[in-house]
Amino acid sequence: MDRRDLGKKIEYLKRRTGEPLKLMEVCGTHTAGIYKSGIRDILSPTIRLISGPGCPVCVTPASYIDKCAEYALAPAHTIMCFGDMLKVPGKDRSLSEVRAEGGRAEMIYSPFEVLERAMSEPKRMFIVAAVGFETTVPAYALLLEELIERKIENVKLLTALKSAVPAIGRICEEDDIADGFLCPGHVSVVTGSAVYEPLAARYGKPFVVAGFEAEHLTNAIFELARLSEIARDRRRDGNLRNADKAHGGLVLNLYGEAVSARGNVRAQSAMRKYFEADSVEWRGLGALDASGFYLREEYLRFDAGSRDLAPDDSMPDGCRCADVVMGRVNPVDCPLFGVSCAPGDARGPCMVSAEGACGIVYENMSAHGE
Amino acid sequence: MKENAKKITQAHGAGGRDSAELMRDVFGKHFSNNILDKLEDGAVLPWNVAARPVVSTDSFVVKPIEFRGGDIGKLSVCGTVNDLLMMGAIPKYLTCGFVLEEGLEIATLERVVASMAATARAAGVLIVAGDTKVIESSAKANEGGGGLLIGASGIGSLRDGATPSASNARPGDAVVVSGNLGDHHACILSARMGIENDIASDCAILRETTDSLLDNGIDVHVMRDVTRGGLGTVLNEIAALSDVTVELSEIDIPVNAGVAAFCGVMGLDPLYMGNEGKMIAIVPKEQAARAVNLMRATDTGRNARVIGEILLPSERDRNLVAMKTKVGGTRRINALFGEGLPRIC
Repeated sequence: MDRRDLGKKIEYLKRRTGEPLKLMEVCGTHTAGIYKSGIRDILSPTIRLISGPGCPVCVTPASYIDKCAEYALAPAHTIMCFGDMLKVPGKDRSLSEVRAEGGRAEMIYSPFEVLERAMSEPKRMFIVAAVGFETTVPAYALLLEELIERKIENVKLLTALKSAVPAIGRICEEDDIADGFLCPGHVSVVTGSAVYEPLAARYGKPFVVAGFEAEHLTNAIFELARLSEIARDRRRDGNLRNADKAHGGLVLNLYGEAVSARGNVRAQSAMRKYFEADSVEWRGLGALDASGFYLREEYLRFDAGSRDLAPDDSMPDGCRCADVVMGRVNPVDCPLFGVSCAPGDARGPCMVSAEGACGIVYENMSAHGE
Repeated sequence: MKENAKKITQAHGAGGRDSAELMRDVFGKHFSNNILDKLEDGAVLPWNVAARPVVSTDSFVVKPIEFRGGDIGKLSVCGTVNDLLMMGAIPKYLTCGFVLEEGLEIATLERVVASMAATARAAGVLIVAGDTKVIESSAKANEGGGGLLIGASGIGSLRDGATPSASNARPGDAVVVSGNLGDHHACILSARMGIENDIASDCAILRETTDSLLDNGIDVHVMRDVTRGGLGTVLNEIAALSDVTVELSEIDIPVNAGVAAFCGVMGLDPLYMGNEGKMIAIVPKEQAARAVNLMRATDTGRNARVIGEILLPSERDRNLVAMKTKVGGTRRINALFGEGLPRIC
């Protein structure tokens, strides 16, 4: 982008007047990028950024962690998970604490690390804690392909794989949460930007896909502010929900170098081969139709009981993570925030993850006077 | 059996004939010097009584043992010697303890020992005492077993009049970094994840760079090597110990393009990545330009630059480390929190 052009957009964002706008960044990586860029400091008070449900760890229910803990403590079983998952509190304890009790939970950087582990210890069952959005589902599809190809039978997946798109739809149903959405960048690489068209058509709100650097974010927030005003006027004119043409131009892809309209078709077909969509429980949002990816029947021998998790929307007393992921409250409005919940000793999942809104706000708080 | 396929067994740690062979053929061969060769229980060191001794100790557990730009042996000397240098000491002597895992190839061990000896020679230090133990392999099978851990201690003599300390940063000082951030960490992570790229560890002795500052009359208030935890963590420690705030400028932070791209893909931040051949010097603002020029004339300081300044403690957040961002906002820089990163040093 032209530096002068960027400069003008920064000026606009600093000085914008008029009706207040609430813009939601769905994805935790965007939340982190926004704080890193310092862009919140320069925004006019009429533009408020709110964080959404876009951290897979934050929306994984406590019962899932408990199930992982059970496996970690079972004889000849090992849980393989990403680092963030170790610290998420279950009902009583985190996997990190389970590990201190002698449970076997190993941190991985890539799901493919399980292949060699499994081959080197064929008598041990390795349970992969498969948590993530569309971004990571294709990797698990490729892992299954390898397991089948190499005839490895001592690996199973405990899946908490979710589609971010229905969650955005759920938030759209509550009209006053956000005026526009900064769509998850990595998810969109897989899904394509066209998946937001039906949402734009139905709710008459803008969806902007963007990258993560300061320039990307500045541009995206500028465009979202502009489109949100247009969309709001259109909704007031009574065009809402009555015609497809009303949403024309409300989906904008600014991340063309990585995201196409149709997305990564090969990744999508790999996903479809091994996984099917069904209802799944989101911490905070409840069960959402067709928002979970489960192993198809013919691959169930690789499943570690992902469909049998107890329905569970439990939260620690007073914890407002559920409202935080919906964008209903700011992290600082939670009574536990910074009092009995902090990154070193988290009560709720949003404080744990590097992409959780509470953790990010806590880490950045004093520099921003929030 | 071919020489290079020989592996470490428990017998090498039992103190008998195999131990003696290992001492003679590997350690003695490379580390030989007048003090070590006496083979006493302790080393008696020549010492100029006027200078105060400075002692530092460190442990090295990096995996892989050998990486682009270095190995655990070179790293153990660099890490220990650099710590002494940061105190304003002239490094003199090193001791080292080797913990070998069964299954380690003796050829690998010898490469590490040779590299350690060469690094020590280049740094002007003598390895005067050592120990070796053999333990069962604790490594996960996918890491290949046969690991090697090193503990090292160093002794140096404090330079006359030098008193750099992490509690000496003063408002009005400039923060100078000796070069690009994140190389070592990105190199180790790449190796561990099987990612092929050209990123090499910056593992190096910083003596030339520290000498250039201290020999030329720069009033160095603080020196710190920017190792584990990265620049963000080091500056938070200094801010707290000196009771000041620090303000960095994002556009001035030097990062190699390849490392920046790697960090972008991996979601890592060079501010929190470990280095093994980078330091910061905090000096009076009036001397900053000269300090940068002096550092740039050395191999380990070629990309030195001023990256920020020291300010009075702020009212709201006494020892804040903050960074002016490219879009004109402010970002808080915290110390690195928690785990999640592999062992890199």
